Amino acid sequence: MLLKRFLPLGAFLILVLLLVRGLALDPTELPSARLGKNIPPFNLPVLDTTDMRGAEDWLGKPALINVWATWCFSCRIEHPYLLELAEQGVTIYGLNYKDEPAKASQWLVDLGNPYSETVVDQNGEFGLDLGVYGAPETYVIDAKGVIRHRHVGVVDEQVWREQLQPFFEAE
Amino acid sequence: MARWLLLVLLIPLASLHANAVIETYEFSTPELEVRYKALSQELRCPKCQNQNIADSNAPISRDLRAIVHEQLEAGASDEEIIVYLVDRYGEFVRYRPGVDNNTFWLWSAPLILLLMALTVVWLQIRGDRKTSTVESNEARARELREKYGEASK
Repeated sequence: MLLKRFLPLGAFLILVLLLVRGLALDPTELPSARLGKNIPPFNLPVLDTTDMRGAEDWLGKPALINVWATWCFSCRIEHPYLLELAEQGVTIYGLNYKDEPAKASQWLVDLGNPYSETVVDQNGEFGLDLGVYGAPETYVIDAKGVIRHRHVGVVDEQVWREQLQPFFEAE
Repeated sequence: MARWLLLVLLIPLASLHANAVIETYEFSTPELEVRYKALSQELRCPKCQNQNIADSNAPISRDLRAIVHEQLEAGASDEEIIVYLVDRYGEFVRYRPGVDNNTFWLWSAPLILLLMALTVVWLQIRGDRKTSTVESNEARARELREKYGEASK
């Protein structure tokens, strides 16, 4: 019987398809559980000041929230590109995550400050509510404060063009 | 010889329950500690992918263990703690995720594969019986023909 003869081949091809698809997947890519939801409420001091900020202060325009720390090696790598983005007029809020504020201020003095403002999350509470599991992470929020995208790892030109910029053009 | 081989094969199993305890928490009741151990075994480190938070010393796992401890002591149920973490880190943090659109195939695949395997076995058995009856009949007929010659027909 012809069908029976080709059945193993068919099963094999389906398996190959699944495996090839599996190879193309990046297991480290975790969609944020917060996608489509508002930024969780927070109340954190702005770096170097006693001003407090909350989620409602970051409404009105699409922006990036960049999670960074001075202990984070990759943050240093992406920093120049963040400066470039800021120069292009992209609003970037900094979330200084589990870091020492003094070191963080010094970092911004030394390397330049791409952030329209940086809030200090010293014990990582807001980071936890956001679902941050390391630094750097970058979130896209829209004008209504809804989280649209999360990128884990360094933001470079390719990441910006392919993953982040579309959210800014749509507005 | 076989005994030695068995022993060698058993060596990897010896490490299965060597959990790296990174920091110790004080619990008000032993029952909470049991639940803490069970939860930290079953929650997955979002950063390191293939470790539970009990085994991982990634900073995020340390944070998650602290939360599990804190919420257990505050009287939260296991479900409440899991929901709290799933809200933030997604179903990914559970080694036994709930059934949703994403995990439907994960949960149903074993059943589907078992059914497929049973079908194949059933087809094979049925096929075997059919062909073997025909074959043995033919073989028997040939035997008889050879023994008695065509004349005995």
